[in-house]
Amino acid sequence: MRKAFNVKHYNGFFFIACLCLFILYSPLLIVMIYSFNDSLSITKWGGVSLRWYYEVFYGLESEKFKLAAWNSLIIALMAATIATIVATAASIGMIRGGQFRGKSASFALISLPIMVPEIVTAVATLIFFSAISFKLGILSILVAHIVFCIPFAYLPISARLQGIEASYEEAAQDLYANRWKTFKHVLMPIMGPGIISGFLLGFIISLDDFIITNFVKGAGVETLPTAIFGAVKQGIKPNIMALSTLLLLFSIFLVTISYVIGKKGEDLKTKNNKGDKYEV
Amino acid sequence: MATGVGGGRTISSTFSPVKIWLLLPSWLIIGFFLALPVLLMLVYSFLTKEFRGGVIWEPTLAAYDQFLFDRGLFGDDPPKIEWKYISIFIRSILQATGATILCLLIGFPTAFFIATRVDNNKIIWLLLLTVPYWVNLLIRTVSMKFLIRDSGPLNEILITLGLIDAPLKLINTNLAVQLGLFYSYLPFMVLPIYAALERYNFTFSEAASDLYAPKWTILFKILIPIVKPGIIAGCILVFVPSLGAFLAPDLLGGAKTFMIGSLIEDQFKGNAGNWPFGAAASMILLSMVMIVLIYYARAQSKEQT
Repeated sequence: MRKAFNVKHYNGFFFIACLCLFILYSPLLIVMIYSFNDSLSITKWGGVSLRWYYEVFYGLESEKFKLAAWNSLIIALMAATIATIVATAASIGMIRGGQFRGKSASFALISLPIMVPEIVTAVATLIFFSAISFKLGILSILVAHIVFCIPFAYLPISARLQGIEASYEEAAQDLYANRWKTFKHVLMPIMGPGIISGFLLGFIISLDDFIITNFVKGAGVETLPTAIFGAVKQGIKPNIMALSTLLLLFSIFLVTISYVIGKKGEDLKTKNNKGDKYEV
Repeated sequence: MATGVGGGRTISSTFSPVKIWLLLPSWLIIGFFLALPVLLMLVYSFLTKEFRGGVIWEPTLAAYDQFLFDRGLFGDDPPKIEWKYISIFIRSILQATGATILCLLIGFPTAFFIATRVDNNKIIWLLLLTVPYWVNLLIRTVSMKFLIRDSGPLNEILITLGLIDAPLKLINTNLAVQLGLFYSYLPFMVLPIYAALERYNFTFSEAASDLYAPKWTILFKILIPIVKPGIIAGCILVFVPSLGAFLAPDLLGGAKTFMIGSLIEDQFKGNAGNWPFGAAASMILLSMVMIVLIYYARAQSKEQT
């Protein structure tokens, strides 16, 4: 048989893939490198130092950034937790409910926060809060974050549940477990990796959000992204680069966690499948 | 009957009877805090503006009128077409289209390259690609701004290499916004195309090559038509957020390169302070996005039947 070329190889695709990574990483790496710059000016290189990291933690603006970081963390934790609970319930309802009237409408509603452009969500939420005279502050940010975290948490959770057969729960119920016990002791442990990646996704999305937060935060309340944005408006200072580097490392840390957990989940799955094979 | 990925049954007699209660929290939260607000926004777009933000509850078409027509300073001149806002929308569409094309040109070969690696290398490449996707968009945009500013590292490197004599004036241009959008949403293009290529059966390509099809013909006539849903998904994931983007035009474009996102923001947080007009602009943006999404859903369901 003629084998003139490899259909999985195209000249230049390797180069473009490298270019893609180069484009994605070079701005981040440059900011990382310049965050260690000892010079006051952001243009000139003045040797390696950690002074801007010191500045982030103990400098003039450190109080502002610490408060903002706290707000961000608390909002992200609460929004992701609530969204994960709501999304877990919703995915059980959707996937364990079979075909029912309003199923596609429910799905559309759950995905609505992803489909509506962020800036539109921001405008609508601000108008709504002002119409019902809801005081803008931490609470309004939290509510807005819960809304857009739900679909992001829903996706991995429902994907996981889709791969779990209903026979597990039915077996539990045959053994006289009530609904709550069935969920707690049977379904939740199997859904675990999906629930955790749903939570992490929601957490990151909430931590990341700038546009919606900027609209509904009210005066004086800042999260980390809005504080950074405010500072950048006056020019990129070296301490912003140090702060950005720290956030970047935090994101990489979270990606690693979610990757490790995802891999564990997959290992478990293949183990289960192997077990099934032996049973048959 | 619904079946799961593994072919097992996913409908259960345990949880099916209480599905309403399980779904209720998500219905209430999203319905009350997003669906209702969007409807309210539609109402607001037909109300009269109050200076200093807010609205007066008097129905009017003023917001949409302001968008389309110029009636002079006192509003009694004969209406002329107002190009100011229309051109902002056209610019946004062009910018988003440009970013989508750029992302596709870089993203498709990258996805193809990753999908054809052996498993272990594949995971490393995918992880390398996912990390920037998880990094804060604001930080990525700020990094871009730092890189391409007049006295920034990019210009310095180019001058040192002798490629240019004077620094490129990139910042505050349409090109900078284009670059920023491309950079922001590039991972969104690669991941869905990669997912589609993962499901692609390369024996189709082999068969075509056995029948003496040239290499690039195989790519364009066999592979691309089959993975098209993934490509379209990637394009939508880049186009839709680019259309309403705020950070890239604001940080990289400056005041001269307004896009829809900055126009809307200006009505609520900036100096313009015209809530009904901002609501109307948001409604127009939302309708454009919905048209794209409905078109996509139609195409998907056609594909499946």
